[in-house]
Amino acid sequence: MRLKNKKAMVTGAGQGIGKAIALKMAQEGADVVVAERNRETGIQTQKEIEALGRRSLSFAVDVADRHQVDQMVAEVVATFEQIDILVNNAGFDRPGSLLKTKEEDWNAVFGVHLTGTFNCIQAVAPYMIEKRYGKIINLSSVWGKRGAVSEISYSTAKAGILGLTKSVARELGRYEINVNVVLPGFILTPTVSQMAEKYQRLIIEQTPFRRPGKPEEVANVVAFLASDEASFMTGAEVEVTGGWNM
Amino acid sequence: MGRLEGKAAVVTGGGRGIGRAVCLAFAKEGADVIVNYASQDKPAQEVVEWIGKMGRKAVAVKGNVAIKADVEKIIHTCVDHFGKIDILVNNAGVSKPSMLYKMTEEQWDEVIDIQLKGPFLCTQVASKFMMDRKYGRIINVTSSAGLWGTKGQINYSAAKGGVVALTKSAARELAGYGITVNVIQPGYVSTEMFDRVKSDPKLLEIYTGRILLGRFAEPEEVAPTFVFLASDEANYITGQLICVDGGLGMT
Repeated sequence: MRLKNKKAMVTGAGQGIGKAIALKMAQEGADVVVAERNRETGIQTQKEIEALGRRSLSFAVDVADRHQVDQMVAEVVATFEQIDILVNNAGFDRPGSLLKTKEEDWNAVFGVHLTGTFNCIQAVAPYMIEKRYGKIINLSSVWGKRGAVSEISYSTAKAGILGLTKSVARELGRYEINVNVVLPGFILTPTVSQMAEKYQRLIIEQTPFRRPGKPEEVANVVAFLASDEASFMTGAEVEVTGGWNM
Repeated sequence: MGRLEGKAAVVTGGGRGIGRAVCLAFAKEGADVIVNYASQDKPAQEVVEWIGKMGRKAVAVKGNVAIKADVEKIIHTCVDHFGKIDILVNNAGVSKPSMLYKMTEEQWDEVIDIQLKGPFLCTQVASKFMMDRKYGRIINVTSSAGLWGTKGQINYSAAKGGVVALTKSAARELAGYGITVNVIQPGYVSTEMFDRVKSDPKLLEIYTGRILLGRFAEPEEVAPTFVFLASDEANYITGQLICVDGGLGMT
């Protein structure tokens, strides 16, 4: 077990990639905090973690709301005493072209991806600095590098996460805190399955593996980065794409 | 159960430095290993002994990766002993530093042959066996010099830059056969290659100053990334450059 007795917090852990990450970390021995806007799916993940014999807490929070994040982190530290691993995965998509995207959709997407990631890091980092130990893993996307038609808010927010990751890696490197970013390609999740079928087929044709990835295949990478096996990795981008976007 | 249980691996340049750490990490996770080396018998034999003590099989094979007949011997030894080859690590390297204006053709050829033709030949020979079984993990090694260039090592940096393109082309060609091909950039690692830097305090300060984590890596800190890419946990990762460099690439 590579994360034995570590305390991890995973945002957006109620479904998709976030849920796969939370369960993988529990399998590797971590106690896991589920931060999930949807109370029901969050509690479901919590139960599955507990069924694996690990401790779990779930919080129905909107990571874009600083007050909610601070409250959650205070409660987690009161119970678990520390946070070793933070995975900023929470996010959603509001597809829309440049000309048609509404301001509230732009703000909502930026709020959860960028402000949410910033909020969680700023709230958790002091505890990591104190212990001179911490693993922060952010979830960006291949779309953040290549852009995408009718995904202006999402792809821009995901690009922002790359810059955020690298600045945080620079600031926290002196405390031996590892900060890395994972870029999933076409992964079978509720978000991706909303895409037009024609577009899904096109991506698969462009993917050397000729298939979409599974959330578990992304979770494996995140768990690796969260472990001490990756102790010398920081500021790194890791793509999980089946070769798409090479 | 180890994450590489029952796998057969070839590590070129496996006697010393990063290659040695990779051989031992593979064996610890349950793999049998061919330890290739070019010149020094003793370190390679040591690795073989240690792996034997871990309860895994290992064979040391002397050979120059730039020579096709040697490469065939290395890969065929793996298939003969272990019945297959699952994992190939193209790690063998050599450095012949010299400024551009005085670099000899021999210095250029030797480094390009070992660092670039070597991975080509090993990948070509090994992938035939991997394609038959529709399974394979090929891991190449590049360097900060290959990505951003460096002074006084134009041969080394050209070869290492070439390895990145070789990785991506091989990944494209072999994806249909269940073979992943990736490349690791290990940054500055405490190996013999950096002895000169480490013995000069001023130079060491300059080099260390480029690393966000403020120190060189130990080979054992780089080896787990090889294990990860060689394991089934990395099934969906191919054609990728992975930096294990303490943030060196960002400075």
